[in-house]
Amino acid sequence: MRVLVTGASGLLGRAVATEIAGQGHDVRTFQRRPSGLGGVVPRLSDELGSVTNADDVARAVDGVDAIVHLAAKVSLAGDPADFDRVNVDGTRSLLAAARSAGVARLVLVSSPSVAHSGSSIVGDDAGPADPEQARGDYARTKATAELLALAADSPALHVVAVRPHLVWGPGDTQLVARVVQRARDGRLPLLGHGAALIDSIYIDNAASGIAAALARVDEVHGNSYVLTNGEPRPVAELLAGMCAAAGVKAPGWRVPAALARAAGSVIESVWRIAPGSDEPPMTRFLAEQLSTAHWFDQRRTRADLRWTPSVTLDEGFERLAASYRAE
Amino acid sequence: MSRLPRAASVAAEASHPPAGLPGLDPKFSRLVRAAVSERGGEADVSAPVTRTWHILDNGPELAKLGVETVGTVLCVHGNPTWSYLWRSLVSEATADAATGHPAWRIIAVDQLDMGFSERSGLVRALPQRVRDLSALTDALELDGPVLTFGHDWGGVVSLGWAVDHPELLAGVMLLNTAVHQSEAAPIPAPLRLALARGVLGNATVATPAFLETTLALAHPPLSSEVKNAYRAPYRTAARRGGIGGFVADIPVDAQHPSLGELHRIAAGVSALSVPALMLWGPRDPIFSDRYLDDLVERMPHADVHRFEGAGHLIAEDVDFASAALTWLGDRQGATSTSPNPDSAGHGSVALRAPLWQNLDVMRDSDDVALVEMVPSSGDGPRVVSWKLLSRRVRQIASGLSKAGVKKGDRVSLLIQPGADLTAVLYACLRIGAIVVVADAGLGLRGLTRAVRGAWPAHVIGAAPGLMAARALGWPGQKISTVRFPAATARALDVQHSLADLIELGADEVLPEAPRPDDTAAVLFTSGSTGPAKGVVYTHDQLSAVAEALSSKYGIGVGTGLVAGFAPFALLGPALGARSVTPDMVVTSPKTLTATAVAQAVAAVDATVLFLSPAAVTNVVATAPELSAPDYVALRSVTSFLSAGAPVSEPLLTAIATLMPNATPHTPYGMTEGLLMTDITLAEIREATASAPEGSAGGVCVGTPAATARVRISALDVNGDAVGEPSDTPGITGEIIVSAPHVKDHYDRLWLTDRASKREVASTGAGERWHRTGDVGHLDSAGRLWIEGRMPHVLVTANGIVTPVGPEQRIETVAAIARAAVAGVGPRGNQQVVAVVETVRSARRVGLASPELASAVRAATSVPIAAVLVVPHLPTDIRHNSKIDRVRLSTWAAGILSGGRMTRP
Repeated sequence: MRVLVTGASGLLGRAVATEIAGQGHDVRTFQRRPSGLGGVVPRLSDELGSVTNADDVARAVDGVDAIVHLAAKVSLAGDPADFDRVNVDGTRSLLAAARSAGVARLVLVSSPSVAHSGSSIVGDDAGPADPEQARGDYARTKATAELLALAADSPALHVVAVRPHLVWGPGDTQLVARVVQRARDGRLPLLGHGAALIDSIYIDNAASGIAAALARVDEVHGNSYVLTNGEPRPVAELLAGMCAAAGVKAPGWRVPAALARAAGSVIESVWRIAPGSDEPPMTRFLAEQLSTAHWFDQRRTRADLRWTPSVTLDEGFERLAASYRAE
Repeated sequence: MSRLPRAASVAAEASHPPAGLPGLDPKFSRLVRAAVSERGGEADVSAPVTRTWHILDNGPELAKLGVETVGTVLCVHGNPTWSYLWRSLVSEATADAATGHPAWRIIAVDQLDMGFSERSGLVRALPQRVRDLSALTDALELDGPVLTFGHDWGGVVSLGWAVDHPELLAGVMLLNTAVHQSEAAPIPAPLRLALARGVLGNATVATPAFLETTLALAHPPLSSEVKNAYRAPYRTAARRGGIGGFVADIPVDAQHPSLGELHRIAAGVSALSVPALMLWGPRDPIFSDRYLDDLVERMPHADVHRFEGAGHLIAEDVDFASAALTWLGDRQGATSTSPNPDSAGHGSVALRAPLWQNLDVMRDSDDVALVEMVPSSGDGPRVVSWKLLSRRVRQIASGLSKAGVKKGDRVSLLIQPGADLTAVLYACLRIGAIVVVADAGLGLRGLTRAVRGAWPAHVIGAAPGLMAARALGWPGQKISTVRFPAATARALDVQHSLADLIELGADEVLPEAPRPDDTAAVLFTSGSTGPAKGVVYTHDQLSAVAEALSSKYGIGVGTGLVAGFAPFALLGPALGARSVTPDMVVTSPKTLTATAVAQAVAAVDATVLFLSPAAVTNVVATAPELSAPDYVALRSVTSFLSAGAPVSEPLLTAIATLMPNATPHTPYGMTEGLLMTDITLAEIREATASAPEGSAGGVCVGTPAATARVRISALDVNGDAVGEPSDTPGITGEIIVSAPHVKDHYDRLWLTDRASKREVASTGAGERWHRTGDVGHLDSAGRLWIEGRMPHVLVTANGIVTPVGPEQRIETVAAIARAAVAGVGPRGNQQVVAVVETVRSARRVGLASPELASAVRAATSVPIAAVLVVPHLPTDIRHNSKIDRVRLSTWAAGILSGGRMTRP
């Protein structure tokens, strides 16, 4: 099978492209910068371009049998129009191109935040994506993208959405690096008492889960699946695990959750007017994510995708530590 | 009509209810016309009049389904509700029929002048109401078996119909109602108020006050949508005439015109032998337990379930429809196979000695029967010979009979363990009165609930018990253990004292003794596993308890017995043992000291010692105070038993060192089966050492004791005990037990009783099985291991987790003193949470350190999502060892979803 993987410059995209190529498929990656995998991983080549450019997209989908769509603007702040352009318009344009090129399968990599209204998720399965309820521009636009993709599911084009939750691992610049950096700077507080149970997924498991969705898309198309390690942990333990792996001190100071949420709102709106170099230290979305439970029911995911995570959290932390030691 | 406003005489046509009432499907609504003769009272019309009823009827729907009905349930609402009350029964019965279950036709009528039936403008007194219902069922041409189902005043009307239609009647079902008003007791205060001059018309017709008051009786409160549905037919005064008419029809005095009909119905009910079901809400200010007791007396064969916490609007408070359909299904099954035997009949009745036999045999013996180390009279110890005990029992028994205590009367005993309690207990047993025993450890609230539930006809107690009885309005004739000054006796409503009874019974003339299968006792459970339940034993079953103790521990005539555990202590005289009550606060076993035990042992040369687990802890703690003679006394003990909850091996070892010649035992049992298995300290050590790797773990409670049998009903993937009872080793499931000494049934808890015998009732002819609610497994040596309670079983995505095994493994972590396993999240996808007490006690609740959390995770193979450290794990007060893991789970769920870090 010839598979197009969009957004293979990020941690997850690279892992997915590598995983699929490793399973014997021919992989074409598609992103603005080189993936760094071309010429390194066998059966893999880079196609450079942007999902916001229709010509680039048409070129990318030409001749492929399946698409794994990861390309997205992933951020906690920024211009709302940018999110719409990349996440919504980009997905719409990719879907159109896939249809006209006769692509038979598409795996949309989404996010559990598309169905998260801010309240606790305690062992629930994937709910329907809802742009109205979603918190923040990222979640809102990813929710719209998921609805677009699932609406495009048809006998000619089988579409499935997978929502890995809180992906982390060695080389992760999104979550782990920020947590570790802020902890190192003493800027990482615990929200509330840090006991809220949170699911996460180790990078290798996320990659194998997405590959499993691709392998099973003909049987499970039209559905959404949350992907996690199936090992919820108190958020403080999770952060402490990352810090311990990096050899930095875990956060020791607390901010009341309600205060953090309120502060997040303020910072978020200020950030929009005067964007700095980094993400805002705290957004309302992040405050909710870190102070309310969100862990999921993985039974349907595992049964339908015939997949189970192969790396436990503890093994994941060991690998993370090994990668920091190697630095 | 004189007492009601003019609005009550406005006539109006019947109609259909408005659309959109919650839970009411309009397809069941019908208008039915029937000719009824209206005579007597104000409704005196010579020719039959045609009236129109609104009814709910699933008959047409069942016909559409093409199913054959097995019978009809005729439902009659009370005042001021309407057929809406029965909506869930109509819907559920129809849904059941649609899914292949037996099809019951449900007809729920709106009585005339009520609901959406015709407003006749006349006052319809009880005889007319009964005729009305007959006219309606004639018009409906009901022919099959009919069961009546009534609530409130509709209960009376439905029973009137039942009494008048023996040829159709197949059963009677009731929600809170009454057919008899005792002359001795006033009618309920709310009704007295409603009937007061000047209040009646205003409260019932002119204003919706009576309606609103009734709707406010629901627990939990009704939603406004449901309230509006109940209000729908009663929006104006002209629509409410029937409400006033019903209240005016309550027979308040002997002159009331409806009294004769009420008496006729009440007498007819007493003669009914058809199956009966009573579903009762005890929190009813009108139809209290007093009326339930009257109904039970009239229909002793009835299945009764009191829903603790439910009230007058029981149909709204609980799922009465499922309960009723379950009962109907059972009746259906019973009639299709074999006729139901009498409630008390269960196979052959063994020839066991009656409980009082030793008191007859040793009536002339000067040997010691009882010793009270610190009697309430003050001078101790009090020594009672067999001769004296035997005479006292006969005198009290005779006195009780003369004071009006009859065979089958319930007698609540609010007396501290000791000589008085023993004498009264055996006196009651001898005359066939049913003793009701609830442990004071239940607390006043639990005790009140228990006493109200059992509804004793008599209460015998000391001052504290009688004061509580007076203050809390407990029912029954009051008898005091000591003679009070006249004023006190009056204030406490005490009719007799024990001394009076002894005088009354001086001639020792006794009534005929009860039979082995007569009910002997209602013993209340500890309440540590839910609201206390009354457990009913027959005489033979209690004799079987004594027999089991005798055969297992060799207790017999002349055995010296220290009775530190109440249920067994009371059986001393039945066993022929010489028993001693040690110096302790009975309601607080942990007040028992080592010295008090040694003195009690010395007083009767005891060889057998019974203690409760909490007492064991304190006896070990106070052992340093023992003197040399105390140690010598303790050498005479050969058997030591700790009953009530498991005791740890180290604790058992510690107490064993005080009694070098004793074999320590921990029996396993429950109020419903006091001795099921037994294990000795040596056997505990052996079992622990030989437990195979990877077994489910748990507490080993040994092998079946005496004639008890133990089986396991395996849990399925949902954690439900559905397995066929089996003794296959290594299977985890609900523990079920059988023995001649397990309970007969639960008192007035038909549903609970049914569940406790589910699918095992028929296992083995004449054998009574009891589902314990405990979870465990048998090992290859036939030993039973307890893994927890059924409600504490967790169902994770990876399968079932029982709590005790993981807790034991977590407790192997050096820093941890005690652990409890709780679950958060939806059943089927629960996450396991360890809640721990550390050796160095934590000052506040918090997450475990990463080091402690990983030590806990390493100790057990069960995935643990979170480890919470608490200063103290909450335990049941009585046993000081049972942890309520359900409560703990609710607490942990709050914290782990981001809630406040509160104490459990």
